Amino acid sequence: MNLYARRRVVNWVCLTLSILATLFGLFWLFWLLWTLFRNGVQWIRPQLFVESTPPPGANGGLANAIVGSVILTIVGVGIGAPAGILAGTYLAEFGRTSRLGWIVRFVNDILLSAPSIIIGVFVYGLIVLRVGHFSGWAGAVALALIVLPVVVRTTENMMRLVPDSLREAAAALGAPSWKITIVIVYRSALPGIMTGVLLAMARISGETAPLLFTALNNQFWSTDMSRPFPNLPVVIFQFAMSPYEDWQHLAWAGALLITFTILIINIVARTILRRTKS
Amino acid sequence: MESPEASSTSSEPSTPMHCEVPLRPAAGVPARAAPAGGPKVEIRGLSFFYGKHQALHDIDLDIQDRQITAFIGPSGCGKSTLLRALNRIYELYPGQRATGKIMFGGRNLLERAGDVNRLRSKVGMVFQRPTPFPMSVQDNISFGVQLYERLSRPDMEARVQWALEKAALWDEVKDKLRQDGTALSGGQQQRLCIARAVAVKPDILLLDEPASALDPISTQKIEQLITELKKDYTIAIVTHNMQQAARVSNYTAFMYLGHLVEFGDTKKMFTKPAQQQTEEYITGRFG
Amino acid sequence: MSSLGAADQKNVSEFPDTPGPSRSGARSRSLGDWLFRRLTGLFAAVVLLSVLGMLVTLLAGSWPALKVFRLEFLVSKEWNPVTGQFGALAPLYGTVVTSVIALLVGVPVSFGIALVITELAPPWLKRPIGVAVELLAAIPSIIYGMWGLFVFAPAFAARLQPWLTDHLGPWPVLGLLFEGPPMGIGMLTAGLILAIMIIPFMAAVMRDVFETVPATLRESAYALGCTTWEVVWRVVLPYTRVGVIGGVMLGLGRALGETMAVTFVIGNAHDVHLSLFMAGNTISSTLANEFTEAVTPLYTSSLLALGLVLFVLTLIVLVAARLMLMKMRAREGERT
Repeated sequence: MNLYARRRVVNWVCLTLSILATLFGLFWLFWLLWTLFRNGVQWIRPQLFVESTPPPGANGGLANAIVGSVILTIVGVGIGAPAGILAGTYLAEFGRTSRLGWIVRFVNDILLSAPSIIIGVFVYGLIVLRVGHFSGWAGAVALALIVLPVVVRTTENMMRLVPDSLREAAAALGAPSWKITIVIVYRSALPGIMTGVLLAMARISGETAPLLFTALNNQFWSTDMSRPFPNLPVVIFQFAMSPYEDWQHLAWAGALLITFTILIINIVARTILRRTKS
Repeated sequence: MESPEASSTSSEPSTPMHCEVPLRPAAGVPARAAPAGGPKVEIRGLSFFYGKHQALHDIDLDIQDRQITAFIGPSGCGKSTLLRALNRIYELYPGQRATGKIMFGGRNLLERAGDVNRLRSKVGMVFQRPTPFPMSVQDNISFGVQLYERLSRPDMEARVQWALEKAALWDEVKDKLRQDGTALSGGQQQRLCIARAVAVKPDILLLDEPASALDPISTQKIEQLITELKKDYTIAIVTHNMQQAARVSNYTAFMYLGHLVEFGDTKKMFTKPAQQQTEEYITGRFG
Repeated sequence: MSSLGAADQKNVSEFPDTPGPSRSGARSRSLGDWLFRRLTGLFAAVVLLSVLGMLVTLLAGSWPALKVFRLEFLVSKEWNPVTGQFGALAPLYGTVVTSVIALLVGVPVSFGIALVITELAPPWLKRPIGVAVELLAAIPSIIYGMWGLFVFAPAFAARLQPWLTDHLGPWPVLGLLFEGPPMGIGMLTAGLILAIMIIPFMAAVMRDVFETVPATLRESAYALGCTTWEVVWRVVLPYTRVGVIGGVMLGLGRALGETMAVTFVIGNAHDVHLSLFMAGNTISSTLANEFTEAVTPLYTSSLLALGLVLFVLTLIVLVAARLMLMKMRAREGERT
């Protein structure tokens, strides 16, 4: 076979393999979504949102877990996002070439890639052991530690995208540094920063490991953040691993709910970003 | 038409930095300025350093009051650096420093003393790329004004209108004041930036290649605008377009590799330049 | 920026390194400036303190166990809460093996997906596939775990495992990997679930990175008569090598630390087997299953020691990735 023909064969083979790889990857993922939908949707009933988690063999819902997760997510984002935005601002405006900025960025990467279960263990030692019991606050802090590095990174990226000429134009008018950042840079970067926060929120909505040793779970209705706090991911974990069918059904329903919520948040975040780009 | 040789006889003392021009009863609109004359800015022995690298060598020149002074020269000759020394915008970046004297209003503006922000209210700057802030047209203009003055709403609106009229933009945006500044066309955005700079009532306007990012028609409008603005403001303009310098300016400075090669009346420079290098640049033999 | 899902993982040192307007020396700065700078710096310090705190907590908590077991901890297979003998070998082995399987399967597939999106797909298909990949990357790991346990594992046990045992089992060396009863759960299953999980993530990163190749570069390769495959293999990949490796490393870091996707299907057995069909454990699944049940201080401390090992492992991967990327960049000079 001459050189040219061989190149064409190689090309054909590799491209076909790539397409097969794509189909392979996408196949599993769509199969996952399909079974998730099929197994979960039949158990989505009104009672799911009204009744709390039941003991095995009884009927019930996921209301306490759903509300608990919503609260934990909001508090976690409430703690982690402002801290992340401010830290990201430091990196974008003051720490671009400094040694300290490099260190913070590197350490932030470590936090970003840290296994979420280790974060849970850390907060366990930090809060749960000191206080003596599991609590919703500990869970929120663990979630905040997951939100923090994500928001730091996206905030810094978005703020660095704002051209320096805009900052210079404001400085040329005599505006002080802090005003330039807050009025000009934040406003330009806001859609991107918000998107980063939304994506971080979506991420913690499904996180289980960090909650295992911090908020634990509460099978009853509770909004007391200083006690073990009900949340959906841990409920799903417990129920799915159990041998009880009722519980497994609830687990599927909960899994579908979480996935759906996360997908919606992602779509909303990307739509915001796309709309402001045009 | 004043001749540069008469510059030694100043007709009136330069205005000190913090003395406001007396206002008419309708606040927000400045009084008609006194007749032009004399140097507004006197640069003596200005050198500039980016870290260890010296970008300007011992520059001496005068910028005449309410005249247009153009700075031309090939890329890297230091003309933008010189401009950026005049409002100390280089101080935003570490490692950049200027030595020498730039006398403005009886004081050396390079000296540490003196609030640099106030200096920048007297010396306005427009950049090469239009830089509208991410806010409405109205807010763009009032942003700078709010830094220095507390104006009531009607006064602020009057100031905004005045600034937009000065920038020959009022007619085009008077119905769109609440629209985002970034929604305007390129030429309009640049005029918005000029209006923004004018709104704080500076004495001097620094224009760093203001039309180089614009199409020919917008360029023409900007050039007309600059010629109009000369009546009220001292203007220093950097341009790599020699024909623009010849069209628009009264005085021209030709720079090369950080040195001031020649400075003088524009007409003379372009018809009979004193230095060989100037002639070679103007006739296009290099650069 | 085409995708944000992977953008939060992108390395910001791709931006040109100019100091930026706000970082000037102390000139006439107002109180507002000083306050603002201190405030933002404070929260930057929080980031540092968090990681430092994690390290300190893990070290302090695992100290009792490390004092008892010393370095044998890393090589001991024992895990007996009753006699108080603990060793990290089984979970460590499981962590490494499942992650390696995940990379072996995941990297080629992700590469293929990225190639298809950037070079093969017609314009109207590019966006939908890209969006699909990004959305799939957002699915939380507990979903993968559940699906793995209830759907994948039974199917695997019924169809794939017997096939592998029959066809690869008889082979001399490789066959040892595929021995054992078709239980469905085990190391291989966990590795495959992990692979499926990190595929969307790595594919998104690779896609982003491939798209940074300037159009003129690709066009000049095509203009010379290169086939699509040659353009990707000889031009795009070398150009983006830095980013691709970074993405793979991030995927590896993720796989190492993943808990929920693995806990459901690994089998929770403190054992080291050569066969991939056997049950095992990873560090994170051990922690997840046993942390709240640890009754003795030595038990808890041993678990924390496991956590320390995992943290150090991910740290090593991250630092190695960074160093490698820095060296590559220095060698090749500045890229836009």
